[in-house]
Amino acid sequence: MDWQAFEVSIMLAVLTCLSLLPIGLALAYLLVKSNFMGRGIIEAIITLPLVLPPTVLGYFLLVGMDNDSFLGSVFVSLTGQSLAFSFAGLWFASIIYSLPFAVQPMMRALEKIEPEIREAAWCSGLSKWRTFFKIELPLAWPGIITAMVLCFSHTLGEFGVVLMIGGNIAGETRTLSIAIYDSVLAFEHQQAQTMSLILLAIALVTISVVYSFNRTRVLRF
Amino acid sequence: MLKVTLKQSTPIKLDVEFSCESGETLALVGPSGAGKSTVLRCIAGLSLAAQGQVLCKDETWFDSDTSVNKTPQQRRVGMVFQNYALFPHLTVADNIKLALDKRIPDSHYTIDKLLDQVNLSGLEQRYPAQLSGGQQQRVALARALARQPQVLLLDEPFSAVDKVTRRKLYLELNTLRRHLDMPVILVTHDLDEAAMLADSLCVIHHGKTLQHGSPEQVLYQPMNSAVARQVDVRNILKGRLKVHHGKLMLEWHHYVFSVSRLTGFVEEQDVFFALSPAKILLHQRVRPSRGEQENPVAGIIRDRVTLRGITTVLFSVELAKGAILQMDLPEHVAMRNKLNIGEVIRVSLLSDAIHVMAE
Repeated sequence: MDWQAFEVSIMLAVLTCLSLLPIGLALAYLLVKSNFMGRGIIEAIITLPLVLPPTVLGYFLLVGMDNDSFLGSVFVSLTGQSLAFSFAGLWFASIIYSLPFAVQPMMRALEKIEPEIREAAWCSGLSKWRTFFKIELPLAWPGIITAMVLCFSHTLGEFGVVLMIGGNIAGETRTLSIAIYDSVLAFEHQQAQTMSLILLAIALVTISVVYSFNRTRVLRF
Repeated sequence: MLKVTLKQSTPIKLDVEFSCESGETLALVGPSGAGKSTVLRCIAGLSLAAQGQVLCKDETWFDSDTSVNKTPQQRRVGMVFQNYALFPHLTVADNIKLALDKRIPDSHYTIDKLLDQVNLSGLEQRYPAQLSGGQQQRVALARALARQPQVLLLDEPFSAVDKVTRRKLYLELNTLRRHLDMPVILVTHDLDEAAMLADSLCVIHHGKTLQHGSPEQVLYQPMNSAVARQVDVRNILKGRLKVHHGKLMLEWHHYVFSVSRLTGFVEEQDVFFALSPAKILLHQRVRPSRGEQENPVAGIIRDRVTLRGITTVLFSVELAKGAILQMDLPEHVAMRNKLNIGEVIRVSLLSDAIHVMAE
């Protein structure tokens, strides 16, 4: 069992979820509430990682993180390190490829809130921020939880993009899914099986928790 | 006092003007899509009219000329939405608490008082989904009052409850509104509801105010044929004013009627006139009455319908090209006079009951 890879995977999944909570919510709110020109294009770009082959997405991200590119050069000037083949690069890539898994459920949850509920809050004297935190956020909670679980599981299991961006540096970019691949190539089936079972258990537990949480809410409301 | 003037041509045409005193209940009536709810939303600050003013007491909530447009939060309105729009994740008490002024020291006492006011004590810890339609409406009303609003706005508040509950809620609201000292604006398409609960009616059609007055005025003396149609006047007929024996009379086909009130009308003027079905006098078939002398009309019964003790008789007037008139009678009168389909009847259109209107 490669505990180092397990640690990298968990760290990456947690950080990606924490980053996508505000980013996903802001994007979902913007897309649901406003009707600006080019909304369709933004929605398409956000959804792109769902349909693009991971290697293609990984390739473009790799090019975008190159030291000669804008993003890569800014990162180098700030940290003195290369963005590609680093944990930070992997984190950034995870945010991009998990974006649709965060934004879509959040959008659906926000869309489900009837406009009158929001207006009733305003007529009750609640400011727009208070309406968001007291009314919209609690009502959209199931969608947000679903988004977080999907992002967590997806980041934990992603292979193609991780291999393209991060390579296979132990303790830095070597995640559990890469470690499983390595074990299989090295005929270490027992180790591959243990790690696969861990990923399976994590996926099963998180999804069960989400289902039971949402069912409790449905019964109450 | 609330004073509203709104004008716009798109997206929904509006040309509305009315005022409502403190303690008065004004009903905005009209068919679905007439713009009633839009007017309410403009008062609440949820929609913005192109032109106009919304003044409440000495405050300007909206003035297109000076670009004043206060937010719903700044307007202090209490609004009951058509579907109540209760916060589903909060209990009854928390729904009300959220609308309470944070400076109120004893919120529990205020919530209890509000729930008691709407006859809902004991259900503080229930969630909206655990309440019946009538109970939800009461919570919505309590939440609207929690803000101590300067205006109470009710958007079709009875449309989502069954008929039995509705009748009960009418009585409750009728009692409650006597204790409220703010203007209450009720939007409804139900005229009976409006007449029962409101001190004044404002008829709106295609976004335009057609008439504003007391329920009696609007329902029984509509200003013109458009209002008469909106308030469901059943006998709207077309006639012409002529002078007979030196007196201005109403001519309808071969009939000439004397009319009590014809102020403002002139000879040879084409007019509409309305006859209240309850005020058409049936001549007893066995014992002719004195009323026979007053605007007598003969007809043949074409149909009769009885509902809750009132029989509506539809009869055609042959001398008026078979025009159909409706007459409401107590059920026992219809039975005693044997008013069966095909029978000939004679009635009097009392001169007091003929309401002449401009075209």
